[in-house]
Amino acid sequence: MTHTINVTVNGTAYQRTVEARLLLSDFLRHDLGLTGTHVGCEQGSCGACTILLDGEAVRSCLLFAVQVDGHELTTVEGLTPDWDMASTHEDLHPIQIAFREKHGLQCGFCTPGFLMTLVPFLAENPDPTEHEIRQAISGNLCRCTGYVGIVEAVKLAAELLREDDKVTG
Amino acid sequence: MTTRYFGKPIRRNEDPRLLTGQALFTDDVELPGMLHAAFVRSDYAHAWLRGIDTSLARDLPGVVAIYTAADLGDYWQPGPLLVNPPPIKDLVFNTATQVPLARDKVRHAGEPIAIVVAESRYIAEDAVDLIFVDYDPLPAIVHLADALKPDASIIHDDLGTNLNAHVIQEKGNYAAAAAQADLVIKRHFDYDRGTAAAMENRGIVATWDAKSEQLTMWDTTQAPISIRNGLAGMLGLSERQVRVIAPFIGGGFGPKIMMFYPEEVLLSWITMRLNRPVKWIEDRRENFFATTQERGQVHEAEIALTRDGKVLGVKDVFLHDAGAYAPYGLTVPINSQCTLLGQYDVANYYTEFTSVFTNKPIVTPYRGAGRQHGVFVMERLLDFAARELGIDRAEIRRRNFIPPDAFPYSNDIIFQDFAPLVYDSGNYEPALDRVLEMIDYKHFIEVEQPRLRAEGKHVGLGLVTYVEGTGIGPYEGAKVTVEASGRVSVATGIGTQGQGHFTSFAQVVAEQLGVPVENIRLVTGDTSEFYWGAGTFASRGAVVAGNAIHAAAVAVRRKILDKASEELEVDPEDLELVDGVVQVKGVPASAIPLGELARRANPMRGAVKPGSEPGLEATDYFGPERGATASGVHAMIVEVDPETMMVQIKRHVVVHDCGTVINPMILEGQIQGGVAQGLGNAFYEQLHWDDNGQLLNASFMDFLLPTADTVPHVEMDHVVTPSPLNPLGIKGAGEAGAIPVAPLFAQAVEDALIDFDVELNEIPLSPNRLFELVAEARGLHGSES
Amino acid sequence: MKPAPFQYHAPHSLADALSLLAEHGYDAKPLAGGQSLVPTMNFRLAQPGILVDLNHIPGLAYIRLGSDGDLHIGAMTRHSTVEQDLLVAQHAPLLHETMPHIAHRQIRNRGTIGGSLAHADPSAELPSVAVALHARFRLQSQTGERWVAAADFYQGLFTTDLTPEELLVEIVIPPLPARSGYAFDEVARRPGDYAMVGVAAIVILDAAGRCEEARLVYLSVGEGPVSATQAAAALKGRQPSPDLLAQVAEIAATDDIDPVADIHASAAYRRQLARVLAQRTLARAFERAAGQ
Repeated sequence: MTHTINVTVNGTAYQRTVEARLLLSDFLRHDLGLTGTHVGCEQGSCGACTILLDGEAVRSCLLFAVQVDGHELTTVEGLTPDWDMASTHEDLHPIQIAFREKHGLQCGFCTPGFLMTLVPFLAENPDPTEHEIRQAISGNLCRCTGYVGIVEAVKLAAELLREDDKVTG
Repeated sequence: MTTRYFGKPIRRNEDPRLLTGQALFTDDVELPGMLHAAFVRSDYAHAWLRGIDTSLARDLPGVVAIYTAADLGDYWQPGPLLVNPPPIKDLVFNTATQVPLARDKVRHAGEPIAIVVAESRYIAEDAVDLIFVDYDPLPAIVHLADALKPDASIIHDDLGTNLNAHVIQEKGNYAAAAAQADLVIKRHFDYDRGTAAAMENRGIVATWDAKSEQLTMWDTTQAPISIRNGLAGMLGLSERQVRVIAPFIGGGFGPKIMMFYPEEVLLSWITMRLNRPVKWIEDRRENFFATTQERGQVHEAEIALTRDGKVLGVKDVFLHDAGAYAPYGLTVPINSQCTLLGQYDVANYYTEFTSVFTNKPIVTPYRGAGRQHGVFVMERLLDFAARELGIDRAEIRRRNFIPPDAFPYSNDIIFQDFAPLVYDSGNYEPALDRVLEMIDYKHFIEVEQPRLRAEGKHVGLGLVTYVEGTGIGPYEGAKVTVEASGRVSVATGIGTQGQGHFTSFAQVVAEQLGVPVENIRLVTGDTSEFYWGAGTFASRGAVVAGNAIHAAAVAVRRKILDKASEELEVDPEDLELVDGVVQVKGVPASAIPLGELARRANPMRGAVKPGSEPGLEATDYFGPERGATASGVHAMIVEVDPETMMVQIKRHVVVHDCGTVINPMILEGQIQGGVAQGLGNAFYEQLHWDDNGQLLNASFMDFLLPTADTVPHVEMDHVVTPSPLNPLGIKGAGEAGAIPVAPLFAQAVEDALIDFDVELNEIPLSPNRLFELVAEARGLHGSES
Repeated sequence: MKPAPFQYHAPHSLADALSLLAEHGYDAKPLAGGQSLVPTMNFRLAQPGILVDLNHIPGLAYIRLGSDGDLHIGAMTRHSTVEQDLLVAQHAPLLHETMPHIAHRQIRNRGTIGGSLAHADPSAELPSVAVALHARFRLQSQTGERWVAAADFYQGLFTTDLTPEELLVEIVIPPLPARSGYAFDEVARRPGDYAMVGVAAIVILDAAGRCEEARLVYLSVGEGPVSATQAAAALKGRQPSPDLLAQVAEIAATDDIDPVADIHASAAYRRQLARVLAQRTLARAFERAAGQ
């Protein structure tokens, strides 16, 4: 049994026909080719597949594609919509810049999930304490970094975003 | 040279691709007409296979093919023995390696029995549910001690025994030393099995192009070149017809180097049969069965000392869990043997192990690769000795250190690289002193801890040392090319799984060529880019590939200087390489951009002179005569809630010596990440098997990886004792963080629970287990279950 | 780990949803937040033939205060909304205190209060909290609605009073009287994990500062929420003191619960945690009650 859905991902409208059981993570990766969203467990534990559904962080492996009909999604690709071969460090999103500066990633597999968790978190809490940061990312597993680089990156990202805010008023 | 690149915390070249979601991982490969595979895996840990009924599954729309062992014909072969047993006298070794699909018998839960190929993974899984396997169950060997019992069920019937290996190694004469000792301490130690749990599961995409007769395989492997060579042999192809690409890999930690996984053997064969691309992506549940694991050992150990704490000898007899098959030889238990003596000058050592087959997934190295066990045994024995003798735990370690002038230092036994275990260099006291200073040792034990204890708090400190044999051979190679654009490309054969090779190796090249790191593009893990190599394992990437790249870069530098000296008509000595140009020292006006020089070295007219080569390119290799020994000291302070046995880590300090450092930011990331895995191993992670060999917690809900709110911020410092065994002076660092955390944690928790008089001689130590051990120590029956 | 095939329906009205449930009975499974259901489907442990997605039905997500002081929460209200809601913080502070313990933010953004309560996982926080709060559930089917007290709703392991035709549509939480205090605490291996043991405590003092009523409801020690009734009875009429709490905790851990072992905790360890948590939560609850 298939369903036709309309969904906006990173500002682009898509219409696709999907089987009811198709997981949203598979839809994004394989139907739309947005492979930046990674799948680590398909049971809602690792957080690698975190995306934004109408601005809120959710696990895309625990949703069926058919459920997001009519909704807006953002994936990691949406953080740098204009990214291409000519892009430089400065073209990265402030959270991405901070991750690079503070060595918040090693293999990088879990990273998109962390970034997407942090976008709404830092919007909601622009000046978080270390404890709040660690709580905010506790639903995302990373096996490489031991998290310290990530925590430091979030502190820096918060700073960068606050500066951006000042500049843009 | 005006800019130094080596030794700097330069941000990573690979990050933008990873951060923007553009980096290619294996599951990102999409090919037209691609099929998807799923496996029927054994429900039983040990059983005869009486029949497989695939008829219903074959009728399912979308199913393209189903293969069982019977369908493989002559292609069905047990995998190769990857590492032969080392040349040790009287060594016993029984070979049993994994098979592509179980034929007559299954030997561990999750062993593959059939593979389904379908139009989607969803359909493939539907078909798996429709395949019925008739099992005749056998008793499973789960506990190590049961493997060699007279009535034990035999796992490999052709061997007639569950014995995989028996090895004795000796240095000096332990019995004589023990006879003279003032104190002999004996203990039993248990170290349980865990799994690497890389965030990316394994995966393969294989595609056969019949027109070009080329097989291409994307594979989450740490050793693409070895996989290519093996597959070519199995499939009857030339190595030039097989291209293996290890793209970005979401963490390796050892298990991704197993060769050959059944999936690698099968997908390459199937794509050639079906003439369509085939993808298999391991799911998390499969990962708990289908990817190799490590760590089960049981030790009976003793230490003999004088009353002033000098270690006269150590004896260690242990059982090692090889799992259902042992393709990786004896690397893990040999590492345990060879790491146990650590930083200590011990004249007499008797070490004996028995490796046994069990009905559990295959054991191959996982970060630390057996070193953990040795360190755990030795450091715990020293703790008990210190307590018995009334010697401070830092002091007893210091008294036994190998002195700095004793290097190279031989332990007289054979290491995993088949060479005698000789430490190349080391200087242990400065690291110990620095750790004691950083953790404020004296103040903590004399002032802080008594004060907190008086307040009713249960705080404890741990302090351990370790060595890590790293950077073993055989060799790696690299090709460095200055391109006409002025950019530099570097190709090497090893795979990369997050270690920052795109950056640290670029730094090695930048140091020689004066080209900014961001203009150096590294290619790793693609067999079409570099032909020769072994793989990423044993903390050897930076040491072996790093030095090969260095050698190639030095050769290119020489070519640049020679060519420029010709062009500028000056002596090479008078030239310098700065910011992508070569120029007469201090004369920017004379500068020739390296790209321009590369063009001149590859002219459209005019022959390349005899004895010279076109372009600015060089290929070189490095093979160390033996491994380099890194070392370090960790200290930890914990607080235990004695009512719940929940443990909080207050501080964790590491001082590490891995010789010359290429990129301190990357190094610290490796150590911090290693500590997190060590902590997971010590406190959070455990594989729970029932008596039938069923894994009870094959999910991330119940196999508990450390999270951001459970891992401490490790405070770090470094001591640098360069290795004399390679030009860069590097020692490996990949496993260092993980190796000593178990005894560190045990010592700290034991210290915190000093009122309870409990000894912690096993790993992992969950709160539940701590509660039980305390109850046992109090003579209570905590065994209601 | 891909789910088995199913039919998907996304009704836009409660009536349509109830009609689908009435039509398909046990074959149909309501899909609320899906944060427990979808993982079990991915493992193929659950293979419902029909999913009835409740997310398109208007009017099932709300939090409002009734004129009688009761707090009304629509079943499709997401955990994150409950967590951040000021009415909840003010009128059901025990629930407010509990919310951050439920999994992680990404799960709470999607999971719903009704879904969690109806799922009846014995290690979930909300069922025990609902029982402690004397919450009432409104269950609706095509043929009408009925009210069930939380304590009567839970009937065993993943088993409730809901029939296949019914939906839990609203949760009503009565206010606590004056001089009452509350606390929630749990011990989990890692924050966000299902707890090895957890407990919700409510105490109500009389004018003399004696315990008039106590409620102590555990999770993860039985097949559903487990009320420590003997412990509660032992508190009645007594002046709270550390000694009393220790005695009461002992009763709760020894007599009121009969936990079983799993891979994370033995029965003996669970009793120990139950003992410790009883003491800690009751102490905090009494302190709060006295401070009112």
